[in-house]
Amino acid sequence: MAYTIEVEGLTRSFGGTSVLGGIDLRVAGGTVAALLGPNGAGKTTTVKILSTLLRPDAGRVRVAGYDVVASPKEVRRRISLTGQHATVDEVLTGRENLVMMGRLRHLITAVARDRAQRLLERFDLVEAADRRVSTYSGGMARRLDIALGLVDDPLVLFLDEPTTGLDPRSRRDVWDTVAELAASGVTVLLTTQYLEEADRLADSISVLADGRIAASGTADSLKALVGGETVELVLPDAAALAAASALLPGAREEDLSLHVLTDGTATGVREVLEVVAGVPVLRVAVHRPTLDDVFLQLTEVSA
Amino acid sequence: MTAYTRTPGPLVDVGVLLGRSLRHSVRSIDATISAIVLPLLILMVFVFIFGGALEAGTPEYLTYVVPGVVVLCAAFGSSSTAVSVNQDMTAGVIDRLRSLPVVGTAVLAGHVVASVVRNVVSTAVVVGVAVALGFRPTASVGGWLAVLGLLALFMAGVSALSAAFGLLVSSAEAAGALSFVLLFLPYVSSGFVPPETMPAVLHGFAAHQPLTPLIEAVRALLLGLPVGSSGWLAVAWWGGFGLLGVLGAGFLFRRRAGG
Repeated sequence: MAYTIEVEGLTRSFGGTSVLGGIDLRVAGGTVAALLGPNGAGKTTTVKILSTLLRPDAGRVRVAGYDVVASPKEVRRRISLTGQHATVDEVLTGRENLVMMGRLRHLITAVARDRAQRLLERFDLVEAADRRVSTYSGGMARRLDIALGLVDDPLVLFLDEPTTGLDPRSRRDVWDTVAELAASGVTVLLTTQYLEEADRLADSISVLADGRIAASGTADSLKALVGGETVELVLPDAAALAAASALLPGAREEDLSLHVLTDGTATGVREVLEVVAGVPVLRVAVHRPTLDDVFLQLTEVSA
Repeated sequence: MTAYTRTPGPLVDVGVLLGRSLRHSVRSIDATISAIVLPLLILMVFVFIFGGALEAGTPEYLTYVVPGVVVLCAAFGSSSTAVSVNQDMTAGVIDRLRSLPVVGTAVLAGHVVASVVRNVVSTAVVVGVAVALGFRPTASVGGWLAVLGLLALFMAGVSALSAAFGLLVSSAEAAGALSFVLLFLPYVSSGFVPPETMPAVLHGFAAHQPLTPLIEAVRALLLGLPVGSSGWLAVAWWGGFGLLGVLGAGFLFRRRAGG
């Protein structure tokens, strides 16, 4: 299988502090991969190295068939990076931003204008095209930001936390956009700290914790790692929570509820309930583990 | 990815980014206007408020002070490059440009050239107002061209140094501080009063600091007087500072942007 992104043994440190401690990552062409992790896990550093902005200390990184250290120019011709903060030019209009990006990608002006118009239509920005970006909503600016990345039909698109700071509606817009991009055959690597986002958008997910890949696979395979079902016990107060928690070591507390992993069988669930028989439990729910469960388990193990 | 759509070359990149910087200048018109209004106010203060006390008849003092005000205007206006460059750095614009097949420093060149264009315009306005107030330059066409050349070199030099400063400091506020230094430096020169009238310590600095030969050369050229060595001294100082700024900005750009 041909991989569009291949990373082997990637390390990087800043001033003696290791940020990436040996990352391996492979993304197949035309798929969406998510790099999932909390703040400070090394997501942005990874994206910066893959997009030639930072040099790796060690390891091999190939993007779109070229080594990022040996042939950064070839890589840059084939990728596009949408950074963590919207890097649209607020003083210019949406159209001017797109035309400028096309010109900087060395399209002749007429072609750059034509591309700009098509992208404005595709991203539903025609009405706002000739207004300054400073008048745009957060979601519109993000859509423009992503459109800027598509001016020259990149093979690989890097999206660094594309929905951070957006309201739920704008987030949904961006999700639709990414899904559409994936359908058009672009390889997308996105970083996120939202588990739901990775679950929804990505074909493959790599969980990044403390500069290492703690686990990778599809959303389902990651969930399977954790086990069968989660029993959620909702408790009336902190004292009851403490009592239940003491009886069930390894369970995860969240507000006033306790999440206990079981094998999902009736026997397994009954066992849990018998253990906490002496504690007042308000409500019991059984559900498939969420990525939250996966994430917390993996990061606890590595911590 | 078809080849025929391509136009090659780093000059195109600089041109596109220059267009961007100029659009910024035109649309942030308040900043551009304040870069013109401040030197005009200073001109008025010196001519109408201090001018009488300086015991020079108004036209003569006006003639003396205009070159200093022009240089102050150019210095102050050019220093705003530090803020523009710093904003691009902190807002991620430079990161994005670096992920393109574009010469990274093209964005710096765009800012510097835009700064020169902007300041040539604002300097022309200041000279125009001075003429309206009674300033009567007697320069030849060649003299005017030499003034333009000297001032453009000075603006490019200050802009390049400002670009380097903008890359060095961490915030736009800090980058803005450079304007204040450049706003006060011209006072300790031959721009507003002759250095001989200053205390000995300041006199030495004022007579030899890099702004003085520039102001002297501009004054001599505008009034059709012999320029002497000040012209070459000004070229040497500001050409040198410009080179230093370009090298420094290039170095800092690679270091800061490269991480």
